[in-house]
Amino acid sequence: MKLIALLAAVTAIAVTPAAFAADDTIIIGMTQSQTGSLNVDSVAQYRGIEMWRDEVNAAGGIAAGGKHYKVKFVSYDDQSQGGRVQQLYTRLIVQDKAEFLFAPYSSGLTATAAVISEQYGKVMIITGGAEEKTYTLGNKYLFQVITPAGHYLSGALEALHSKNPKARVAFVYSDDPFSKAVISAARDQAKEAGFDVVIDESYAPSTTDFGPIVNKIISARADALFGGGHYPDSATLARQIYDQKANLKWESLLVAPGDAKFATLGPAALGVSTGSQWELPVKFTPQFGPTGKEFAEKFKATYHIDADYHSASGYAGGMILQHAIEQAGSVDPEKVAAALNKTDVTIFFGHVKCATEPGDHGMQVAHQMVVAQWVEENGQLSRQVVWPRDAASAPLLYPIPSH
Amino acid sequence: MSGIGIIASIIDGVLVGSVYGLAAMGLTLIWGVMDVINLTHGSIIVAGMFALYLLTSALGISPYVTLVPVLVGGFLIGLALYWVAVHRMIGQAPLMSLLSTFSVNLVLIGLGTALWGTVFYNVPVSLPGLTWQRYTFPGTHILAAALSAVIAACLYVFLYRTQLGKAIRAVAGNRQAAELVGIPTTRVLALAFGLGVALAGVSGMLIATLFPFTLLSGDAYQLKSFVVIVLGGLGNPAGALLGGIALGLLEGLVTPFIPVSWTLVIEFALFVVALIAFPGGVFALRRS
Amino acid sequence: MLRRLSFWIITLFIAVFAIAPAIGGNVELRESLVLATVYVTLATNLNIMLGYAGYINFGSIVFFGLGGYFCVYLMGAPGWPLPVALFAAGTAVSALALVFGLGILRLRGAYFALATIGVNEGVQAFVQNFDPFGGSSGLYLPVTMFKPLGGPMEALWVVYFLLVAIMGASLYLSYAVKLSKFGLGLLSIGQNEDAARILGVPTRRYKALAYSVSAFLPALAGGLYFFKSAFIQPSDAFDLTFSTEAIVIIMLGGQGTIIGPALGAYLYEELRGWLLTSDTFSHFQLVIAGTLLLLIVLFVPGGFMGWLYGRWPRLRKVFE
Repeated sequence: MKLIALLAAVTAIAVTPAAFAADDTIIIGMTQSQTGSLNVDSVAQYRGIEMWRDEVNAAGGIAAGGKHYKVKFVSYDDQSQGGRVQQLYTRLIVQDKAEFLFAPYSSGLTATAAVISEQYGKVMIITGGAEEKTYTLGNKYLFQVITPAGHYLSGALEALHSKNPKARVAFVYSDDPFSKAVISAARDQAKEAGFDVVIDESYAPSTTDFGPIVNKIISARADALFGGGHYPDSATLARQIYDQKANLKWESLLVAPGDAKFATLGPAALGVSTGSQWELPVKFTPQFGPTGKEFAEKFKATYHIDADYHSASGYAGGMILQHAIEQAGSVDPEKVAAALNKTDVTIFFGHVKCATEPGDHGMQVAHQMVVAQWVEENGQLSRQVVWPRDAASAPLLYPIPSH
Repeated sequence: MSGIGIIASIIDGVLVGSVYGLAAMGLTLIWGVMDVINLTHGSIIVAGMFALYLLTSALGISPYVTLVPVLVGGFLIGLALYWVAVHRMIGQAPLMSLLSTFSVNLVLIGLGTALWGTVFYNVPVSLPGLTWQRYTFPGTHILAAALSAVIAACLYVFLYRTQLGKAIRAVAGNRQAAELVGIPTTRVLALAFGLGVALAGVSGMLIATLFPFTLLSGDAYQLKSFVVIVLGGLGNPAGALLGGIALGLLEGLVTPFIPVSWTLVIEFALFVVALIAFPGGVFALRRS
Repeated sequence: MLRRLSFWIITLFIAVFAIAPAIGGNVELRESLVLATVYVTLATNLNIMLGYAGYINFGSIVFFGLGGYFCVYLMGAPGWPLPVALFAAGTAVSALALVFGLGILRLRGAYFALATIGVNEGVQAFVQNFDPFGGSSGLYLPVTMFKPLGGPMEALWVVYFLLVAIMGASLYLSYAVKLSKFGLGLLSIGQNEDAARILGVPTRRYKALAYSVSAFLPALAGGLYFFKSAFIQPSDAFDLTFSTEAIVIIMLGGQGTIIGPALGAYLYEELRGWLLTSDTFSHFQLVIAGTLLLLIVLFVPGGFMGWLYGRWPRLRKVFE
């Protein structure tokens, strides 16, 4: 009978032994958003991680405990949806025998993946999830490489304060975990700095028409705007602000301005700034690994586009994991986790060190962000670092030229 | 918010709403004529958006000139869709045509994703707008609204003043009677479907002149189209335009007073309430 | 009911789900079956509205999502234990379904279908603004939540078996309804609602009851699923794709039958899982699903069971 055959088949699958990884290969599992709204930045992040893997393997693998381990990736498309993430990470661990994990791109997806890594006790490196909440739930195996959400706009607010301490500030942001975390911190900072907050509203992430909100910003006579969300909405918001001639003096939007594609907005991109995890002009002296310039050149040669902070974050994540494995002299998750807890290094990406207390374990505490702004140089748009002053590669553009 | 601000919001709402209305017109026409809910509607809108992008970037032609090729192309695609997915479903339970068009939609989205990915596309169109006080109405919005109104007017003339239009209305009213009087109902149905799809494609093209888009943008506009149809009355293209304007007006009116994140909740609540309370559409005009 | 063969076939189906992963503690198999049980539960319950009464509920996922939210919320802040939170979630969602149902069940056919989409999207938009439910950030459950069940690894097994139990309950419920007078009433509504009403079937009451009943078990499934995920956010909880997949499954398996949705759910989930992780095909997942559905709708509208009945009419009595 059909169902008996089904039972037999199912049992046969169940008892088939799983393939074992060769003991000179480390399997690292992750999902990327090859499709869906997070696609642009997820792919950028993946390129960074991928470049790290190729370099490590070309150099003979990661050296630990007298052996050399080649790195192998197993990755799936999470389609920018949380619903698939848990299923896929479980599969990565249980079926593909991944020993280490990289988190997906975005805070929301990282949060769901984190549950799985904790359930199975696997180290997960986070290069694209900034929201702090994930680290406060009592984890042991999460390690964040990028600056947490609360700091994304702090530089931009300081920059504005240096030019116009009495500015009328508008917060208009996407109703998603990442943006809310960013604005929550920015709001407190704005109040402390003495800014006049005239609008403070979130919009549904699926919003396509920002016309009404822009009119609201105009009505409130705001001087500065902080907000946006991920790439699609931040970019649309910038465009409509320009089309409706809101003539804001200062615009700091999340994520989108950090991407080279933002330049396709043309004149609407001029003057728009963002918090960035990494920009080429900022020079750190690395204790090991490439300098920023070397990283950027290698990336450009490999992928024929400029590296942005997402790619840099991915690459940095790979470096940190490698460093920890080398320091631990082993690929045992507990030993590597212990080494990651002790990590306190400066690489091309900046200073990297994670919190170790249970209340915020894994959160990045040393890395600093910079403010990048689109300015005009010889008639061409380019993204430069404008804050903090000692890291700047171009003067701050304030106010944004009106039209 | 000042009175002027509210008026500016309303005006912009009406402009954008006209385009929503155009988007819904095709859907309501098809529904009214053959009792089929075309769930490929969203994908066709996206196809129109892509058409604008590809034609302007590959051939370098001016954005608004693409209107004619999109109209024609949409019509042909609509005919094809009719024969593939809809023809056999005429007269059957509504579930069947819902599912057949839904499945075609899955195929279209799947192919699009495999071929083009879900990256963000932007067609930079800029026209001088009208500035009033501190508010600007972008030229693109004005032109899109004007074109929507013109197309709606053409549709009206077509349905009420031409032989073919009358045939469509006859088939919509009573298919068997139309058959008896000698109207080739199958051909008329195919034509009506093609026309509905063409309208959806053109609305996509116009929307792309206003906002950036991705392959997945169609869903949101499809949902808005449903809301518009419910407001405007099933099968009533004029009602669709009015319904679209009403929706745009609602969005423009609500935003100054309520946190923007509640707009969707209000839209859907209104949608469900309107469905229950006004089964014939809020603007219960005479069925076309 | 115990004398009928279909009952035992259902029981065997459930037994396979329960026993197969238990052999050797096969975590891999268990994980791939979790989603299958959810799909079977959703499809089977949806079948009560769709297959019997002929009312297309596009937004049936709203029961699953709300059940998840109620359960996670009650376990979080007020700290209720899992069984109590689950039961409360199921009851709350059924009650809400009854209220909503009475409103939208006046609508017929396509209008009703659209209204169900409106309800799902409206609830999602509302939850995104509703702070006690975490707004758009969602709700988290700390890892300590799994302690009462013996830790994360054990808890995942417990959750699995509970999900199998709920799936079983759905199948038995669906069968019991089909055999009852209530079910007969629903089927008559599906055939011709006006005639049914004239003949004395209490259509309004039956429809509302069906809508409410078809909400309870999915709500429980949702509560368990999101408890296991330790995290719930609006975009996952109210994902329309899920409920449209449930519709595909019912069509694939054969609407109005019991075994149809169950078999369809299992097959569809295996297909989907394979497509998702296959290198060549993951981009074509939707294309394949869409083409499959189109072919079924055009040529085999009775689904797999319909085809089966067509070839061997005797089976109609056996596999229901």
